[in-house]
Amino acid sequence: MEEKLIVKNLIKIFGQNPDKDLQMMRKGFSKEEILKETNQTVAINNVNFTVKQGELFVLMGLSGSGKSTILRCLNRLIEPTSGEIFIDGTDINKLNAKEIRKFRQEKMAMVFQQFSLLPHRTILSNIAYGLEVQKVPRKERERKAQEYIKLVGLCGWENKYPHELSGGMKQRVGLARALTNGSDILLMDEAFSALDPLIREEMQCELITLQQKLKKTIVFITHDLNEALKLGDRIAFLRDGKLIQVGTPKEMLTNPADDYIKKFLHSVDKSNFLTIKDIMKTPSFVFGLNDEIKLALEKMKQRNINNVFIEDQNGKFEGILTSEQACEAYNKGITKISMIKLVRCPTITENIFVKNSIGEFIESESIAAVVNNSQKLVGSVFSRDIISALINEQGGGKDG
Amino acid sequence: MAKFPLGDLINQAVAWIMTTWGDPLSAFSKNFDKFIVGFHHILAILPWWLFIIIIVILALKTSGWKLALGSAIGLLIIYNLELWPDFLDTVVLVLVSAFISVLFGIPLGIIAGKSKGFHRIVTPVLDVMQTMPSFVYLIPALMFFGLGNFAAIFATIIFAMPPVIKLTDLGIRQVPVDLIEVGEAFGSNPWQLLFNIQLPIALPTIMAGLNQTMMLSLSMVVITAMIGAGGLGAGVLYAISQMNIGMGFENGIAVVILAIILDRLTQSIAHSKK
Repeated sequence: MEEKLIVKNLIKIFGQNPDKDLQMMRKGFSKEEILKETNQTVAINNVNFTVKQGELFVLMGLSGSGKSTILRCLNRLIEPTSGEIFIDGTDINKLNAKEIRKFRQEKMAMVFQQFSLLPHRTILSNIAYGLEVQKVPRKERERKAQEYIKLVGLCGWENKYPHELSGGMKQRVGLARALTNGSDILLMDEAFSALDPLIREEMQCELITLQQKLKKTIVFITHDLNEALKLGDRIAFLRDGKLIQVGTPKEMLTNPADDYIKKFLHSVDKSNFLTIKDIMKTPSFVFGLNDEIKLALEKMKQRNINNVFIEDQNGKFEGILTSEQACEAYNKGITKISMIKLVRCPTITENIFVKNSIGEFIESESIAAVVNNSQKLVGSVFSRDIISALINEQGGGKDG
Repeated sequence: MAKFPLGDLINQAVAWIMTTWGDPLSAFSKNFDKFIVGFHHILAILPWWLFIIIIVILALKTSGWKLALGSAIGLLIIYNLELWPDFLDTVVLVLVSAFISVLFGIPLGIIAGKSKGFHRIVTPVLDVMQTMPSFVYLIPALMFFGLGNFAAIFATIIFAMPPVIKLTDLGIRQVPVDLIEVGEAFGSNPWQLLFNIQLPIALPTIMAGLNQTMMLSLSMVVITAMIGAGGLGAGVLYAISQMNIGMGFENGIAVVILAIILDRLTQSIAHSKK
């Protein structure tokens, strides 16, 4: 994928005399030392990242971590102290006032935490605002705004005023306003944080659906790790203005960079992100229908296990052969596995979420075969694995 | 310790202005007087009942039947007391001075709202303008422009302009930061920001300033009868000099009626705009 947005060595210092801080930073002083010495705050401390075309990139951090500042540096609502920001190859810090306005009109639109709709304008005129700034004729811009009103499901509300709408609807307007602009980068500043939990979840799902359709490049800010993991193609984890880790949600979950992130992950409902594939065991050996029972029996004894999975010639899962069965058959003189009636065993698809698997699993036996979409055997999972995966993260007590 | 000659210095400054600018000033004042008289004539052409009907319709449109009924009764009382010509004089003076105050006040308020430096300079000046006893303005106004309407309007403007400047300034400053960010994030230029976001959102506050300016204009217009302005104030002044309590009360009541109508009308216009 093409790199849409590149941030290099971004530094932002709030204060009268940032040069002094810059020098101290180069000498390796910490944020606290600089604050003590110069009474200035280092909001962003040498941040580097890239966002690819069509990616939903989440900047995750607590308040004061500098995430909002970074976002505002991307469209220069805040001027960076130093560093470079390339968007489609243009270094936006080099643009003059007029160029940056044009750039904001065409390249990126923003969605705000508090919705920030203009209270004196109707919904339609709010949504058309970006185009109005660009001096697009009224008919044209309202036609375009209508399209996005439909897209976010606000038909019939065009002529209402913002105070007549609920929070979720207001943010739909905010989203439509940003989309109507037609720019291919969306900056979303804690866009769903002010919504109540049910509406928030609804909006998250809607954003995911919209994103599949529209393929925008989105930089999304949040302090909620659940949200970050749910939405992000990749997540950048910020602390005290520094980037600690950048990676996909799965990389974050399975391989957190430090204890700080680990601590964060405790509070996360991992069952939302873990699939069966993440907790299953790959079977140490699998037998085919044409294999000899003797061979299977030996292996089981060797490894001290009492059943093995059996697949057909194409790798399709057939059932379980228990050691009891195998012994009995062997004693009767049966040689081929295919001649035994195998024990049936529930199967479960590998990409199903752990959270959703529990319902169908709990009633069945203690082991299930994990298959992929074409019913080929890929692993096995015990019901206790699933339960412990669910308990681990909800209790959150034990460290991994 | 010797007294600092503040008064003398100001007298000298006024004298200097008088000798260097006196003639053009009084010429301007005379021309302006013609304009006022013309405006008055236009209002006087309207039959009194038509004037009342216009006000009643305006009140109905912006507020409701209560204000309309009250206005009708009040104006009929003024007509009945045979104060109609004086009433029109006062209306003209109030409207003209309020109009000029707003014409200069809103742009000044916008500049003060946008520029910290200008805000710092203008605030103490406005405080002085508002708190200085209003009679003090009458003397230089009289000296610069001579007896008559323009001197009255000049003094009135100085007294009445501060609220509209201050509240425009305040209104612009109170526009939430996130809405300014919306404007900037979508690439508005400073003018678009002003007209699409800052002014509309500051409008209720600006209208409150306009209302106060209107009220202050009215109170000052009455006082400026002392330097030759006509209207209801002149009636009050004459009544005082004659110790005629009844006549003073008649004129006073007419001022009160005008004040209430102006106040309620501008307030309801402000609210209907919202």
